Amino acid sequence: MANEAAIAIRARGLSKRFGALLAVDAVDLTVPRACVYGFLGPNGSGKSTTIRMLCGLLTPTAGEIEVLGLRIPEQAEALRKRIGYMTQKFALYEDLSVRENLDFIASVQGLPRDVRRRRVDELLQTYNLADRGKQLAGTMSGGQKQRLALACAVVHEPELLFLDEPTSAVDPESRRDFWEKLFDLADAGTTILVSTHYMDEAERCHRIAILDRGRLVADGTPGELTGQLAGRTLGVRAREPRRAQAVLHAAPGVLSVAQVGNELRVLCAANGDASSRLQAALQAQGIEAEVSAIEPNLEDVFVSATQGRAEARAA
Amino acid sequence: MKLQRLVAVMLKEIRQMARDRMTIAMMIGIPTLQLLLFGYAINPDVRNLPAAVADMADTGGSRALVQDLFATGVVRPVAGARTPQELQALLREGKIKIGVLIPPDFERRRIDRREAVQVIVDGSDTSVQATARQLAMLPLDGGNALPASQISVLPLYNPRRISAINVVPGLIGVILTMTMVMFTAMAIVRERERGNLELLITTPVSSGELMVGKVLPYIAVGLVQVSVVLLFGAWLFAVPIRGSLAGVYGAAMLLIVANLTLGLLVSTVAKTQFQSMQMAFFLFLPSILLSGFMFPFDGMPKAAQWIAELLPLTHFMRLIRGVVLRGAQMTELWPDVLALAAFTCAMMALAILRFRKRLD
Repeated sequence: MANEAAIAIRARGLSKRFGALLAVDAVDLTVPRACVYGFLGPNGSGKSTTIRMLCGLLTPTAGEIEVLGLRIPEQAEALRKRIGYMTQKFALYEDLSVRENLDFIASVQGLPRDVRRRRVDELLQTYNLADRGKQLAGTMSGGQKQRLALACAVVHEPELLFLDEPTSAVDPESRRDFWEKLFDLADAGTTILVSTHYMDEAERCHRIAILDRGRLVADGTPGELTGQLAGRTLGVRAREPRRAQAVLHAAPGVLSVAQVGNELRVLCAANGDASSRLQAALQAQGIEAEVSAIEPNLEDVFVSATQGRAEARAA
Repeated sequence: MKLQRLVAVMLKEIRQMARDRMTIAMMIGIPTLQLLLFGYAINPDVRNLPAAVADMADTGGSRALVQDLFATGVVRPVAGARTPQELQALLREGKIKIGVLIPPDFERRRIDRREAVQVIVDGSDTSVQATARQLAMLPLDGGNALPASQISVLPLYNPRRISAINVVPGLIGVILTMTMVMFTAMAIVRERERGNLELLITTPVSSGELMVGKVLPYIAVGLVQVSVVLLFGAWLFAVPIRGSLAGVYGAAMLLIVANLTLGLLVSTVAKTQFQSMQMAFFLFLPSILLSGFMFPFDGMPKAAQWIAELLPLTHFMRLIRGVVLRGAQMTELWPDVLALAAFTCAMMALAILRFRKRLD
């Protein structure tokens, strides 16, 4: 990585233990500035816990954190003025109106009165809430609540935004709009750390880190990560796809087989010529099939990264 | 502490309060209901007890005695009886609370100054029992040989002389103890349960701003409650305020902040809203029992008195009775003023110290 100023978050050996559960296990993380950085992982993989440690809400069991040049959790109070945080669950006041919520957060963030009014109006416009200023937050749809939550998170124009599964309760169209807003913010220089379990959202990030049961199993740009799997993803067209799938599952060097439409999508381990091995396995069972190379995607990256661990654990 | 953030928290609380119907209900409803309950229903004076008389003598003297008995208004005839057995049956069935037996040799016993009348009483109710003892003091000479003023049941049971006037000022304290602790006991836990707190603690708002901002709006709610009790007390029970009105509100204000800060501390300890309700109730009971509202403070054992000194309501009881009933000045009652102020500061400090801007 380049010079210090270009890095927003740096964590080394970050761990968090809750009783017997090791929720986050020795995670190393480097997030460059003005970048949309994705945390990809299933529920319970430690995404929320990591985010909470990074913004000083949880004390790490071990490890070092530096965010915007501040040591966390020691200097968490100084960090609070410079970050925005959107919680997984809607955290604003359902019995206050949209404008009252924004106004409250703006006051608490220390915006002077005259600036506050202008900023709240501006945010209502930007986040398409102008006609809902007087509506109670509790009566809004998932997409509207999420826009309000984002507006509140950026009211003080923070340098760094933490978004914890911001789109989990939102329809696809609102999700797309939401991501456009994120890129607008990143364009203006805001660093965004966003967690998700949607592959399509992860693909849009500048960089991603894949978390699995508390461990960071892969990180890089989506292109780098899928590039590492070149030649290992194959499409199989067979007359009897279900039977072919069963055969392939048992074949050596096959990490996963998923049916997509009429085709089987096969992810192989990283040794030798995968294509001819699949052909051989199918022929041995008398199944005629056509095997071709296909483009790897993030789902394949995720499966190959997490599968390896599962097998290592079983062994 | 920054004023802008403090005001922001206060404004937010006021808005939420105004939208919550429970707040209004607790503000007006509880004082009204309590006042009516304590003022009318929970009346230590016993009147109109259902009774029956078995007059087995049936002489002029015995008939005069029966008339005197009913004239007190303490008992009213609901059934007739001729024998002790009939009286007992009526008592057992719960049709009467008191049975009066006048034996056939009533006149002879009276002259011999022996026991001439037997009052049989339903002892399951202690206040009825006490009343029966008063009835037994009726002079048997029907007012002839002894002065009429010896018929002493009536004045003792005059409701205007004991309950309401003593109860209403104390009731201000009881209502404030009940509602104020409850209001703030919920304050922090509710935000935690609804998920608001996780966001709030990532903002620059400080523990002090949050705590003070939550307490201040509820002072107004408390003062409204005081006014409701005073107005209804004056209107329904003609309770006079001999001391200054400023003194009454001053004392109430001290109790209000003491209870609000106590509630805040509860809120930082409790994990759920239900738990904080339980804790608030747990603190409420000793206040009612030990503060001197129900039982005289001086009659309690030493240990109970020490505990009572720790309860805000005890000090308020002394203040308000001093101000309302004796017309005392707040400055004359300074030890209790000081005790309440110290309690408030201690609770507030503990609440702020206990509240961490962390999730673990």
